[in-house]
Amino acid sequence: MASTSDPFQFKEFEEAGNLLEANRDATTISIEDEDVKPHKQRNAAGFAADEDGDTLGNDDQEELLSGQKKSVPFWTFEYYQKFFDIEAIDVKERIVGSVLPWPGKNFIHSHLRRNPDLYGPFWICTTLVFAIAISGNISTFLTQFGNPKYKYTPEFRKVTIAATAIFSYAWFVPLALWGLLLWRNNKVMNLVSYSFMEIVCVYGYSLSIYIPAVVLWILPFEWLRWCSIVVALCLSGSVLALTFWPAVRDDHPKVIIAIMSAIVLLNVLLAVGCKAYFFSSPSQRMPVHSSPPTDAVKTP
Amino acid sequence: MAAAEDASRPFAGLSDVSISEDIPVEGDISVPLGSSRRDDEFSTLDEPVKETILRDLRAVGNKFIHVLYPKRSSSLLRDWDLWGPLLLCVTLALLLQGGAADSDDQGGPQFAEVFVIVWFGSIIITLNSKLLGGTISFFQSLCVLGYCIMPLTVAMAVCRVVLLSGSGTVSFAVRLAVVTASFGWSTFASTAFLADSQPPNRKALVVYPVFLFYFVIGWMILTFSP
Repeated sequence: MASTSDPFQFKEFEEAGNLLEANRDATTISIEDEDVKPHKQRNAAGFAADEDGDTLGNDDQEELLSGQKKSVPFWTFEYYQKFFDIEAIDVKERIVGSVLPWPGKNFIHSHLRRNPDLYGPFWICTTLVFAIAISGNISTFLTQFGNPKYKYTPEFRKVTIAATAIFSYAWFVPLALWGLLLWRNNKVMNLVSYSFMEIVCVYGYSLSIYIPAVVLWILPFEWLRWCSIVVALCLSGSVLALTFWPAVRDDHPKVIIAIMSAIVLLNVLLAVGCKAYFFSSPSQRMPVHSSPPTDAVKTP
Repeated sequence: MAAAEDASRPFAGLSDVSISEDIPVEGDISVPLGSSRRDDEFSTLDEPVKETILRDLRAVGNKFIHVLYPKRSSSLLRDWDLWGPLLLCVTLALLLQGGAADSDDQGGPQFAEVFVIVWFGSIIITLNSKLLGGTISFFQSLCVLGYCIMPLTVAMAVCRVVLLSGSGTVSFAVRLAVVTASFGWSTFASTAFLADSQPPNRKALVVYPVFLFYFVIGWMILTFSP
């Protein structure tokens, strides 16, 4: 005698819909028109067979209903599209958040919130590359303004060098840090662990403070350059330190110190290296250009 | 058996048919006149070469005019072509030659560098726009970005003319004004075409790379020194 709640009884569509609203995670079976008869017969045979046979087709529905992201292989376009699922307001917020470190507020938790994007890091790095190249060019021009021996050249080779330096900092340092944190995670159980994309995101946004700093370096005043570099280093270094502190604080003290100082040191190296290579101080250039004319005068 | 005979009767008379030599087999294999006229409209094999080239040139010129007066129209997007961008890129690269030619490698951009910057930059901006969920297709976007380089190419030509008369402060001020105006024009024209393909909360994310792209090209034009 079949009861009303017999699971093998074919249920009408509306009932199934109501059941679905009650339990969002339930496996659903999509029944197309041409498959009604076989489905009914399979229904009678047993639910287990249906679930196994239809889970692949139901994955989309399930995941859409449970609000999770689909997992697509990394060689498709859609895989990268989920890293650009961002709006203009979010990008602005993240840039502001990377410039103003707030003790206790973790950039990854408060701003990224499980949605790391690649738009910010990529375009901030590109802007920084061109900003360094253009500002370096302008500052060289300004320091040599009164010098008649100086022939202005746009120096486009420096764009390539700047691009190599900035992009390798923004990609290889996060890679190394992620690998290091993963390795430490195996030794010491950490409560907090970051994915590779989140670390790339933090590093990319932390470079955003250097764009106005680099523009300030156009003015040929050494004290101004050193002031702005110190301020930029403090801000971006503290954002990075505050972000990675929760991930390493459960570890051995020596390891904590080593990791934190490595993060800060690499940041310092990048900033000072860029300043030294692209922005020469006025005293360095003069002697080089004044020597050739004296040689020309001596040879009869 | 009777049915079989009935079935074979319609074909019974054919068993002794043969083609005799005095029945001429001839005819006209030409296609009837009505359909051949329709074919001529689509086939371009028979037209003179000048007509073929002029048709493409007219299409390219039409798009140039659309860039000069950027209204929100879709003809640039509908019939995209890459001839115009190629022409503009080659012209710009040629005009950027001959600058600081006697110096060492710290000179101006080489021909290949201009090409790489323009095409690689356009491809990256197009990929960015598509990843952000734009509805424009890959080649349509390349077409728009390439055509909107036209104001900057015109500015380059003007800059070279101005530089013929000297490279002092006045000429620099004139060149700066011309390049700034054409950079603004290029950015405005390309966003007029590209902005509609994005959802409104991401428009700024798509416009900024275009701004950066034309800024870099404008910088290359401004820093050109003979």
